[in-house]
Amino acid sequence: MNERVAPERLAPEPRAEERKAPPAQTAATGYIGASVPRANAKRLLEGRGCYVDDLKLPRLAHVVFFRSPHAHARIRKLDLSRARTQPGVLAAFDGRAIAEYCSPWVGVLGHLKGIKSPPQHAVAIERACSQGEAVAAIVAETRAQAEDALQHVEAEWEELPAVTGMEEALAGRTVIHPELGDNICFRRELATEGVEQAFAAADLVVEETFGFGRHTGVTLEGRSILADYNAAEHSLTVYQATQAPHMMQDIFSRHLGIPEANVRVICKDVGGSFGIKVHVYPDEMATAAISVMLRRPVKFAADRLESFLTDIHAREHKAKVRLACTRDGRILAFDLDDLTAIGPYSVYPRTSGIEGNQVVNLTGGPYRHQEYRARLNVVFTNKNVTCQYRAVGHPVAVALTEGIVDVAAAKLGLDPAEFRRRNLIPDDAYPYTFPSGIKFEKLSHHQCLDKLLALMDYAGLRAEQAQLRTRGVYRGIGLAAMIEVTNPSPAFYGVGGARISAQDGATVRLEPSGMVTCLSSVTEQGQGTDGIFAQICATAVGVSVDQVRVITGDTGVTPYGGGTWASRGAGIGGEAVLQAGKALKSNILDLAAAVLGADKATLEVRDNAVCDKATGESKLPLAEVGRIGYFRPDTLPLKFQAELSATRHYTPREYAFTFTNGIQASLVEVDTDTGFVRLLKHWCVEDCGTVINPLLVDEQIRGGIVQGIGAAMLEECLYSAEGQLLNGSLADYLVPMTGDVPDIEVAHVCTPTRQSELGAKGVGEAGTAGAPGAVMNAINDALAPLGARVTDQPFTPERILKALKKV
Amino acid sequence: MEEFFETTITVNGTPVTRRVAARTHLVDFLREELGLTGSHTACEHGVCGACTLRVDGQILRGCLMLAVQANGRKVDTIEGLSDAGEIRDLQAAFHERNALQCGFCTPGVLMTAQELLRDRPEATRDEIREFMSGNLCRCTGYQAIIDSIEAVLIARRRTGRL
Repeated sequence: MNERVAPERLAPEPRAEERKAPPAQTAATGYIGASVPRANAKRLLEGRGCYVDDLKLPRLAHVVFFRSPHAHARIRKLDLSRARTQPGVLAAFDGRAIAEYCSPWVGVLGHLKGIKSPPQHAVAIERACSQGEAVAAIVAETRAQAEDALQHVEAEWEELPAVTGMEEALAGRTVIHPELGDNICFRRELATEGVEQAFAAADLVVEETFGFGRHTGVTLEGRSILADYNAAEHSLTVYQATQAPHMMQDIFSRHLGIPEANVRVICKDVGGSFGIKVHVYPDEMATAAISVMLRRPVKFAADRLESFLTDIHAREHKAKVRLACTRDGRILAFDLDDLTAIGPYSVYPRTSGIEGNQVVNLTGGPYRHQEYRARLNVVFTNKNVTCQYRAVGHPVAVALTEGIVDVAAAKLGLDPAEFRRRNLIPDDAYPYTFPSGIKFEKLSHHQCLDKLLALMDYAGLRAEQAQLRTRGVYRGIGLAAMIEVTNPSPAFYGVGGARISAQDGATVRLEPSGMVTCLSSVTEQGQGTDGIFAQICATAVGVSVDQVRVITGDTGVTPYGGGTWASRGAGIGGEAVLQAGKALKSNILDLAAAVLGADKATLEVRDNAVCDKATGESKLPLAEVGRIGYFRPDTLPLKFQAELSATRHYTPREYAFTFTNGIQASLVEVDTDTGFVRLLKHWCVEDCGTVINPLLVDEQIRGGIVQGIGAAMLEECLYSAEGQLLNGSLADYLVPMTGDVPDIEVAHVCTPTRQSELGAKGVGEAGTAGAPGAVMNAINDALAPLGARVTDQPFTPERILKALKKV
Repeated sequence: MEEFFETTITVNGTPVTRRVAARTHLVDFLREELGLTGSHTACEHGVCGACTLRVDGQILRGCLMLAVQANGRKVDTIEGLSDAGEIRDLQAAFHERNALQCGFCTPGVLMTAQELLRDRPEATRDEIREFMSGNLCRCTGYQAIIDSIEAVLIARRRTGRL
């Protein structure tokens, strides 16, 4: 049974300037903190959702792509003439033809100093730089006809040397983009003044190198887009499985030369995103361009092989980390050297420098040392591109930090939990500036640690572990403390010149019947945006949650905003909903005061009616407010204009990021004969501030943990030395299935952010951030008595047996 | 040239006859030809279970069966089970427990779960995990799915529906 935090503890603490005012109705009552099932799940349960590939429009054409079979090759000849004559084929285009309609892009950001990347086209011209890069597009009346025609594309290739290893790329003997001078996309170094001194003076210095496999998001719904160009009005409507409709509106507008307001991006049901669907993909840009070229709707839906080849990959890091500490177990300094490979281009518009940059920012994050040195090299290779996937950099930073912390604890003979207790930043030390420069508003590491140890019965498990070892059963317990970036301000992308909104907006409208419609710029990908916004809106206005309808994912309808990424929807978009709801309530009370001839201050909205604040007596149902406001305004005072909708926006400004914290634990059993690891149990204590819906929050954490377990145990995009992907199907690339994962216990500590009235921080990535480190430490704890240790994810049976020197 | 075959399938209780290309998969036929888009394709390899359908009362992968192979047979989809009210309790349990997020796997998960509930009324929690191990869910981490199925199993036993 998971612990539920009592509702009164979830109420946001009022900001200083508001403390004198009587508590708002929103603060202590309503649906904040209630496990309300989300209304929009019902259509999905009946198979009546609408994903992009479910859509059909008149004159719909289908596009498929002819992709490079080589990791690096020059196109000697590309003849599309036979493909064009195949049954049903409407058109075939090469990169030059598409480039007439879609301008190339460069994935750099101003605040990542020195980051570089060459221009990238929607369809490659002259040269392919990774296997799977599209070099031609075939359009036909059906997808099957388009796929049939692919085999009639005649291509001749001149293979070029493929750079596939990270060290090889860094050495730069072969440079992928000669005009850039070397294979280094981005480099960052930082060092605090006393770091050398700290290492020199330390009683103990430990060092370890950790490897992180390249893996990918595996959204069950592949990337998909339906672009519908209307030549008569030079407008483009795009139905897209995307997390950021307004960002895509801007990008389609600028790269296709269509005025921004003529581009509408609609995001209906989305079959999983996890960061995969927040980037600009060349084949999707080409699909939009082809709709313009053919003046008709065109659809592209990636199949599973295309997904493995071209959905962004992530991780692929090799990181050496050193830790200096005193003999009584006080950490003095961390030293990081991280190398990561991103494929041949930095992905547009968020860049592929962010993940490495996060590793630099976050390494050592939970601890109170003051000295830090970090070096980061982000290099180009001839594999698929990598970019931001769920938890971006956190799983790397957490695992290497927690891995080296366990090494130090073992050397000192200290229990891992006790070593962490001595070094976690104290709960009363905030606000706090970390040596990498990031700032923490308020974290709760020690409360979380205490709660976790009690939840899992740490002492009991240690005793059981010791007893089982005497019988040859190798169990391990692993801990991973973490911090997590959420609610990003414009410091993430906007300051670097990217047209990506850090603010979100909400419009809340009273309908004539007394129902409330809430339009938000955050999108719904299954995480429950619609559900929690209905709860916030209902609470703010004073209506029951079934009276609220939420609309998201349509740039033609909702306010402007960022969408879903970086654990920002609840904290940023939710605050906008709260403020818009409060404004609407105020407007409702203005009307009611005019109708009732009462003082507005004596009125309140509760249970779908305006009532007397003191007695609670119902005075005017909201249906009556709507009827008068919309149909009989003639009965209102002459100068009174009813305003029964309100729009508000919110941007976090005080901190660049609103950090959360948490700690996870994993219990595993290693079969030392087969190398198989059985995950027996997993625990997570997390502090995401105000919990709007405990049911949804816990399931976000569980789902995130299981993706982290996938990374730790199963998932890796395997490439040959020539740059050929070796496992491009779900039969070969393994993801966790029901039998691979344990039950997961989740509990919370609640430290609301004071930057917003709602007090919510993000939670969607926390599980993924911490799980691999916890699992790794548990496996190594199990292996410790055998003198074995693993540091390269994923921890396959083969790697375990190698560590045990059995193969 | 492609070969076409006249094919009659009883879909959710209603016979439909179409000329079907021999190579058309059953799930594509249902989605493209009949507009029954509740069944999804995700791996097209028989691994993930998103296209799970019921043919003559047994679940199978809609991406591994050709539409012409279903000639003369009964096919049930998520839309049919929903309208018939056959899995109303299961859907309610999933809703209540938030045993779905993006919903893309959900129709297939429900089809599989209903077969478990029908054929294995005595299943333990571990057996539920085992039975559901052919349906990939990337969002939930499975615990809520297992919880929901277990709850319905217990409820149906109690009410004698099993």
